Amino acid sequence: MTHLEHEMQQLKAEILDMSQLVSQQMKDSLLSLAKMDKQLAIETLAAEKQVNAMELKIDRTCEGIFALYNPVAQDLRLVLAQLRINYNLEKIGDIAASVAKFVKKSFLFDYSSLIENTHALQMFEEANDLLVDVMTSFETEDAELAKNILKRDKALNQQNDQARAYIIDQIKKDPENVEEYLKVLSLVRKLERAGDQSKAIAKEIIFFVEAKIVKDSKQD
Amino acid sequence: MHKIESKNLDFFYGTQHALKNINLAIEENTVTALIGPSGCGKSTFLRLFNRMNDLIANTKLTGEILIDNKDIYAKGVNVDALRKQTGMVFQKPNPFPKSIFENVAYGLKVNGISDSKIIEERVETSIKQVALWDEVKDKLKKSAFELSGGQQQRLCIARALAIQPSIILMDEPTSALDPISTSKIEELIFELKSKYTIVIVTHNMQQAARVSDSTAFFYLGELVEYSATKELFTNPKVERTQNYITGRFG
Repeated sequence: MTHLEHEMQQLKAEILDMSQLVSQQMKDSLLSLAKMDKQLAIETLAAEKQVNAMELKIDRTCEGIFALYNPVAQDLRLVLAQLRINYNLEKIGDIAASVAKFVKKSFLFDYSSLIENTHALQMFEEANDLLVDVMTSFETEDAELAKNILKRDKALNQQNDQARAYIIDQIKKDPENVEEYLKVLSLVRKLERAGDQSKAIAKEIIFFVEAKIVKDSKQD
Repeated sequence: MHKIESKNLDFFYGTQHALKNINLAIEENTVTALIGPSGCGKSTFLRLFNRMNDLIANTKLTGEILIDNKDIYAKGVNVDALRKQTGMVFQKPNPFPKSIFENVAYGLKVNGISDSKIIEERVETSIKQVALWDEVKDKLKKSAFELSGGQQQRLCIARALAIQPSIILMDEPTSALDPISTSKIEELIFELKSKYTIVIVTHNMQQAARVSDSTAFFYLGELVEYSATKELFTNPKVERTQNYITGRFG
């Protein structure tokens, strides 16, 4: 094994550890939202520091590989991809943390029917499933699975549109609570963006496996 | 305890002050790269570790070089024993005009080992250690000159390993080799560092970056900067180092 191969193995292991940490953050955050459990929300927020520290560590590993080993061809694409995947994972972690913050700060207003009717929990589950599957495609270097993720993200976009229409309708009916409705609208948009981050990871996988750059079509 | 340490070391070729107050400590089982432009003193420094410079007339050394905490320039030091402890690999592969087997067995025989079973075992182990066994096992009696340059260099490393040193000194070991052979030697360095302390002089900065744990940058006989390789190549502390590694030197 060459020095570079050794470093690349280590980098991949770090990225997979990071994705597991973020996925756990998503699951805990989802559970805290489903039960409106403030204690669990606080615990989920504590994981954010760990994710941020890991992002920094992976950044340094990538910097070291560029500086020391001059990777080329697929090795180069893989380091570039992992540098960006690292950023995407940290953003998903931010989204999980912001949902936990929403739960932590929620008082008085009963969000349960709003969360149910916007299908926020299902969106959350789908966003996490996308993350898990895209990281499987990363681990196995399966570009076909990554392409499938690009299609699946569209479902989240549709759910977001439906939730938005529902919330606008509710605001019209109950303008007094507009602030609470907007908080849930913001939450649903974040879940949709978590899907976008997984989609971005899928594009990175296609980039390093097939050397193809995938651009969004206008419909996306 | 450090494996190799130089303390307040100065070295002169006649009146030329080749190394100036070098203080540097090398950890056991690590790879240390010595880099710097030609004439900076890096090879001179390397050759002090096995007292190769003793062979040059009119040289003077002050200060200390410690190996395993013992001053190797102290009175009464057995230089032969020191050189057994410190194997050396040179820029150009320099096999003896003998068979592949005899090249590796030679060091053992001159060191008084005569048991043919032990010699055979040690030769096989050493050649396997340098990942050359599969390529030469069926032609051990053939001349070492029949091997390619890269194979010859690995054979020379095997020859150094056979006498079971704890330190391996490498003076530009790949500068005469093609990229594939270079890559094999670099891979070998990575494999060997778990058992040996390796010090390598190289003109190729990328090689220093790839293979070493620590890097020392020499300039005009001075040690300008010595730190973890990753640190030196991502965030050098001294401007001269930065200028050298980025190619903006001078």
